[in-house]
Amino acid sequence: MEKQVSTVFFWIFAALIAGSGLIAITRRNAVATAMWASLCFVGIAGEFILMHAYFLAVVEVLVYAGAIMVLFLFVIMLINLREEDLKATEGAQLHIAGALFSLGFLGALVWTVRRAGLFDIPLNAKYVGAEGTAAAAAGETAQLAVPLFSDYVLPFEIVSFLLLSAIVGSVLITKRRLS
Amino acid sequence: MTVGHMVTLAGVLFTLGIMGVISRRNILVVLLSVELMLNAAALTFVAFSNWHGNLDGQVMVFFAIAVAAAEVAVGLAVVIALFRLRVTVDADQVSMLKQ
Repeated sequence: MEKQVSTVFFWIFAALIAGSGLIAITRRNAVATAMWASLCFVGIAGEFILMHAYFLAVVEVLVYAGAIMVLFLFVIMLINLREEDLKATEGAQLHIAGALFSLGFLGALVWTVRRAGLFDIPLNAKYVGAEGTAAAAAGETAQLAVPLFSDYVLPFEIVSFLLLSAIVGSVLITKRRLS
Repeated sequence: MTVGHMVTLAGVLFTLGIMGVISRRNILVVLLSVELMLNAAALTFVAFSNWHGNLDGQVMVFFAIAVAAAEVAVGLAVVIALFRLRVTVDADQVSMLKQ
């Protein structure tokens, strides 16, 4: 029963991701693009929940649908673009080239996934049965903290430096007047 | 619902990102398409982490999200600097380094 429910939700979120992603990249208005993309990120957070990655689902909504999209919207509104500014170079040729290349890529990828036999491996296999109930009882978020603060503690600290340098760098880039 | 379904979904999302990068000239939309591709990679990481019951993949996605946030901040700062300089967000108009 639980399996069927999660399958239904998988397809709902898959349709949400694919649909809103496609709408996002085809809108002419950049504000519409940002709004549809944030819907896409919510769908990805849903898929994370289906895969028992609860902490990442929350981080996805907070950081992507929250912070990054707000940053995008601020910049879009700051530069206040008119639609005719873009018509010059964006032609039908580019759209056809993009569609052909990406469809070929998708075909190759699906073929590879099929050949690797990934369609025979069920998801959440490690989360059912006695082993799974123990994992669920321990809590996914608490378990994620163990590798994060033991094996990966050095990358974790480096990320804080990276974020600091990104803050300083972006302020520096935007404040200085180029000529 | 199998690992293959999830990886294929990630492939569809990555394909949409490629389509956006190739066919759109608005730098903001190109940056956003790159974000879609990063999310596709995150979905793949979590799917394989789920398959193996190993949380290292989720830690990697956590780092990827942090790096993506830094990348977006710097990328948008470059867009603003570019707009101040050339009053455009068209990727084809920015070829000063070619001359």
